[in-house]
Amino acid sequence: MVVSILHRATGVALSFAGLGILAWWLFALSNGADAYGNFEAALNYRFYQVPPMLIVLIGLTWSFFQHLLSGIRHLVMDTGAAFELGINKSFAILTIVGSVMLTAALWFYLLGVAK
Amino acid sequence: MSLGDSATPLGKVRGLGSAHHGGEHWLTERVTSIALLFLGSWLLASLLILPKLDQRTLIEWLHAPSGAIPMALLIVIGCRHALDGMKVVIDDYVHEEGARFAWNTLLLFLAVAVGAIALFALARIAFGSVA
Repeated sequence: MVVSILHRATGVALSFAGLGILAWWLFALSNGADAYGNFEAALNYRFYQVPPMLIVLIGLTWSFFQHLLSGIRHLVMDTGAAFELGINKSFAILTIVGSVMLTAALWFYLLGVAK
Repeated sequence: MSLGDSATPLGKVRGLGSAHHGGEHWLTERVTSIALLFLGSWLLASLLILPKLDQRTLIEWLHAPSGAIPMALLIVIGCRHALDGMKVVIDDYVHEEGARFAWNTLLLFLAVAVGAIALFALARIAFGSVA
């Protein structure tokens, strides 16, 4: 139930924020040094020590992992498998544990390298 | 049903529904999801493998066919999958026929616009000179 709602919510987030930022990033990249400087400035912008874009990007990478893992779950269930209550619930919990761990690993690596 | 019992469940629903392509929509969403499994992982892995994430390195990456081709696929298939997914959300929550049509049309325009902007930017990088 929760994972099904998360699949939808993360899908909506990836559709709007994910594709929107991808298009913005590519356009800035293609549009010269000034444009890319503005994009990087937006990434590094801090509102009282808090970088909003970094939080959005961390949220989007979590959304990506969650949507990917629950998407795999949906594909497995489309074959008619994993409908038994125990397996179904474990699989659902596993998608959340997996997405949180992958996001944490990715950003510990990214922010660790940057410093 | 004229198809008989040998038809698969998917085969039975193809062409059904008010739009006569409900089964195709469902199947397209699955097929694009498998493609995005690879393309999304490719994007993440590429960004992790690149030595630096400055403008010059990123442009060199997308200037090469090995970067530009998967990125073009990611843009096109990503926009298609987003549109298919958002349509399901709209069809679930917007019940009035006219409003549903308006929302679906708005989302179609938005998906095509975002895809066009991203593809244009990518083409400029891929076919331009490396700065």
